Amino acid sequence: MGKIVAVTGNEAVAESLRQVNPDVCAAYPITPATDLMQRFSSFISDGKVDTEMVLVESEHSAMSACIGAAAAGGRVATATSSQGLALMWEMLFIAAGDRLPIIMPVVNRALSAPLNIHGDHSDTMGARDSGWIQLYSETAQEAYDNAIQAFRIGEHPDIRLPVMVCMDGFIVSHSIERVEYLEDSEVKNFVGEYRQVNPLLDIDHPKSYGPLILTDLYHEYKRAQHEVMTKVKNVVLEVASDFEKLSGRKYGLFETYRLEDAEIAIVILSSAAGTTKDVVDRYRDKGIKAGLLKPRMFRPFPYEDVAAALRHLKAIAVLDRADSFGGYGPLFSEICGAVMSMDTKPPMINRIYGLGGRDYMPDQAEKVFDELIGIAETGKVGAIKEYIGLRE
Amino acid sequence: MKEPLWKKLTPGSVILEPGSSAKFKTGSWRSMRPRWIEENCIQCLFCWIYCPDMSVIVEDGKRKGFNYDYCKGCGICALECPGKKGNKAIVMEKEGS
Repeated sequence: MGKIVAVTGNEAVAESLRQVNPDVCAAYPITPATDLMQRFSSFISDGKVDTEMVLVESEHSAMSACIGAAAAGGRVATATSSQGLALMWEMLFIAAGDRLPIIMPVVNRALSAPLNIHGDHSDTMGARDSGWIQLYSETAQEAYDNAIQAFRIGEHPDIRLPVMVCMDGFIVSHSIERVEYLEDSEVKNFVGEYRQVNPLLDIDHPKSYGPLILTDLYHEYKRAQHEVMTKVKNVVLEVASDFEKLSGRKYGLFETYRLEDAEIAIVILSSAAGTTKDVVDRYRDKGIKAGLLKPRMFRPFPYEDVAAALRHLKAIAVLDRADSFGGYGPLFSEICGAVMSMDTKPPMINRIYGLGGRDYMPDQAEKVFDELIGIAETGKVGAIKEYIGLRE
Repeated sequence: MKEPLWKKLTPGSVILEPGSSAKFKTGSWRSMRPRWIEENCIQCLFCWIYCPDMSVIVEDGKRKGFNYDYCKGCGICALECPGKKGNKAIVMEKEGS
C-alpha cells in the first residue's frame, strides 16, 4: 500500500513517470502540460530517476527525438497539450506506423484560434486517427493509474503502439485532489523490464526504420496496423485486471454509472463525467432512471461493448467537449457507430459543451436530462446537434 | 487457406536484412547516361567521391566503369570531373541514343 496525498493531476502523472523511470524523455513546455514535465525534470535534476532528458526546440522535435529513442530501444515518455500536440501531428503517425510504444500524457486544451489555454478535447480528438491508443481520465487518480497502465499496454509484445493518456487541462491538471500512490517497487514490478523487439542499437543485427513503401505494400501495412488495434481491447482489460489486484481500483474499457436499469443516459468523457454523476444521483432521487457512460478507451473504440451497455436505453445524449465543424462531435460519431449494430436504435442527440474551458455546470446536465425525458416519452428528436452552456 | 500477405509483414515496416536496398535497382530511373572516356581520366576518383549512390566501380584503387544498375544519371560525376587538358573523362549522353 502506497501513500495518500493531495496533489494536482500534473503532479500525480509526473510521480507516475518518476516511478516508471523511463530511459528517455524529450519534451517541450506548453501550458497546461508545462508543470508536468517541469516536475519530472526536477526528478532528473535531483537524481531521482535515470532518465535522459532531451530538451528540444519544438514539439515536432520532441516527438521526433522520442521516435528515435524508442527505435533505438529505450522506454520513452513525453507530455504535451493543444498546439504542442498539433505541432507533433506529422510525427504521431510515424510513431504509430513504426510501432513504437511512446507514452504521452496529454493535458487536454483547446486549439487556436482564438487563442485559449483552457481545457477541451479538440487537441486529442484531432489526433484520434493517428494510430495512437487513447485513454481518457476523469480525475488525477485516473490519470496517474492510466499513465502506469499505459506502459504495460503500449509495450505489450502483441501491441507495441504509442499511448496518449488524456486528462482535462486545469480542471484536473491544476486542481488538487486526493490521490493514492502505489509504492515505487509496486510500479516497478508492474511495468517490468522493457525489451524493444527490434532495437536500432543492436548493432550486431543492423536494421532500418521508416522505409519508402509505395503502392506495392503500403495498403497491406495499414491492414496490419488495423489488426494490431483489434488486439488492444483484451490487453487493456488484462492490464486493468492486474492493476486492480495491485491497487484495488477497477478499470475497464469504459465506466458505467447507474446505467444498468437506466432509461435515459448521458455519454461523456473525462472530468465532466464527475459533475454528471452528481446530476444522475439527483434525478435518481426524483425517481427518474438516469445513467451515465464514460468511455475510457477512445482509440481503439470498443463499439460492441458500448452498444451492449447502451442497448436498453430509451434516449441517449452524447456530450462532446470538441466539435467537428460541419459534422457531429467526435464522441457522438463513435456512439452512432456503436448504435448502428442495434435492431432498435434509441434516439440520440449531440450536445457540444465546455469548449475552451467553459465551465460545465450541473444545470447543463439537468437540461440535457430534461430533454431526454421528453425524447424518451415522445420518441421525437428536435435538433440533433446543438451547443449548450452558451452565454446569453 | 493461404496466409494473407499482410500477416507476413514485419511489424512497423522495419527492415531486418542489412544492405537489402541493393536488391532495389534504381538505374531504370535514368534518362541521361554517364560515359567514361578512359584516355581523359587522371584517376583522381572525384567521380567516386561525389557519386550520391555507389555507382562508380573502383578496383585496386582505380576507377573502372559505372554500375548502371544504380546510376540514376544525375550528372554530378560529369560536372565534377576535371578531365585531362580540358577534355572531360565523363560525359553525359541521352539514354538510348
